[in-house]
Amino acid sequence: MIFGSGVLRSMLITLKNFFTSYFKGPEEGGIFTVEYPETRLPEKERFRNFPFLVYDRNPENLRCVACDICAKECPPKCIYIVREFDKEGRPLKRPAVFDIDFTVCMNCGICEEACPFDAIYMDHEFEIAGPERQSRLLYHKDDLLKSNEYFHKIRPTDATAIDQQRREAEEKKKAAAEAAAKAKQPD
Amino acid sequence: MEKIFSARDPSALNTETLEINFGPQHPSTHGVFRMNIVCDGETVVSLKPVMGYLHRNHEQIAENMSYAASMPYTDRLDYFNSMSNNFGYSLAVEKLANIEVPERAQYIRVIMAELTRLVNHVSVIGFLLNDLGAFFTPVLYAFREREKILDIFEEVSGARMMCNYFRFGGVKYEIQPHILQRIKEIVKKFPKFLEEFEALLSKNEILCMRCQNVGVLPKELAVSASITGPMLRASGVDYDIRKVDKYSIYGRFKFRIPLGEKGDVYDRYYVRILEMHESLKILDQALKDIPATGELVSKKMAPFLKSPRNFKPPVGEAYGRVEAPKGELGFYVVSDGTPQPWRYHVRAPSFINLTILEDMCLGHKIADVIVILGSVDIVLGEVDH
Repeated sequence: MIFGSGVLRSMLITLKNFFTSYFKGPEEGGIFTVEYPETRLPEKERFRNFPFLVYDRNPENLRCVACDICAKECPPKCIYIVREFDKEGRPLKRPAVFDIDFTVCMNCGICEEACPFDAIYMDHEFEIAGPERQSRLLYHKDDLLKSNEYFHKIRPTDATAIDQQRREAEEKKKAAAEAAAKAKQPD
Repeated sequence: MEKIFSARDPSALNTETLEINFGPQHPSTHGVFRMNIVCDGETVVSLKPVMGYLHRNHEQIAENMSYAASMPYTDRLDYFNSMSNNFGYSLAVEKLANIEVPERAQYIRVIMAELTRLVNHVSVIGFLLNDLGAFFTPVLYAFREREKILDIFEEVSGARMMCNYFRFGGVKYEIQPHILQRIKEIVKKFPKFLEEFEALLSKNEILCMRCQNVGVLPKELAVSASITGPMLRASGVDYDIRKVDKYSIYGRFKFRIPLGEKGDVYDRYYVRILEMHESLKILDQALKDIPATGELVSKKMAPFLKSPRNFKPPVGEAYGRVEAPKGELGFYVVSDGTPQPWRYHVRAPSFINLTILEDMCLGHKIADVIVILGSVDIVLGEVDH
């Protein structure tokens, strides 16, 4: 082989790639990048970035019961929960403070897995740039609350399955309560 | 007149060696890695690697949390191949707690691990060419293919690079038939890309001149320095943990282990190309044999997905290892019966492969040091775990 033919061949390949990148689709070796803010790639359903809290119907009715399991399981310990108390000092089944630090969270999705009440799920939000760290990236309860409809919108498959599970569990509970009430009633 | 005469005679010159601080902020050190190089002219006389700029206490962190919670941390070891890191860690814990993995999950694991190998090898060759001065053309061809595989990872696990996909006794998510179909298409098209990549590079005279007989690592030295992975095989030692250990279900697949002859940079490059061909063979077989349905996590481990704190392996110790794309990745876990490991140790392949750097670089020019470092294939997240 003549010395230099390898280099020439390589250059022909780069030339070929230069032309295919303009005239062919991304599957055949064309340009696979998009101009981001104008065009966006479709989001994958399982894409996970930062957790949010689910509520049913209205924000008062959130599923979280402040059990603190997610805060304990969180690997970088970025969740901070304080339980709410009523006027007599009895603990209520809802959080008074629910903070997640975006700068610490590593988007692993363990909180979602560990939650026994289907209350916390991973979001699709990724455009989180802000002018300041403390005000923008420390998420409080109000920033985290999102409706079940939103959950259905971003992750339809998971949300439907979970709704189904919850409905079944509720029906079971109802049936058990009815059975218990019936057993109590003296005939 | 006499002065010029003496200058031509090097022995009469007052020469001294020059110490160069290379890195940690240097684009061709692949991260925050520093070398103290002593040069005589342009020739390397001594080279001392300085590590630890990315040290983040990985082992100690893992000893202070439940077994499952350090799975996302293993992603961050070698952030190019999070799937094989997950694989190694879950193998170690499965050995410790004696957990069986269901059939379908085994196949998914192997498919993911081999896809990771493709991602790693294709991009490391691109980076090697970057180090040689072929600036960003080959690496972008490589990234084009890598992107397709990362898209699959995102669809399967939820993240492109920090997958966190494996669980003890299985995998986290179901893999749908249409994704399997897409993996099949990738596997079908990949050889064409490899052919083009090889035609672009393998016989290129510039690449040959820069890579052949540079950074030779003799067989004996490689074995005695416990080098693993493609580097060891490029030196001609037939040692692949997929064959030696036959972990998971690797015993079922037919594939060969490519070996180099000399152990120079070119051999290391070429062994990686050949390994990709073998990975494609494994993927082909795995995609053909994967059962259509089956459980993803073993029955024994399914309850612990919801409550990782309740998972307490019996007292004992275990060492699980995989053939990660960079070499033998081993996890050593000691349990004292509590939810947290008593001792957790990572045998990081790029860290151990890096120890031999000085022996390979001595006597070469300083421009070759970059190429040799590129051929070692390091990721600093793993070196400084």
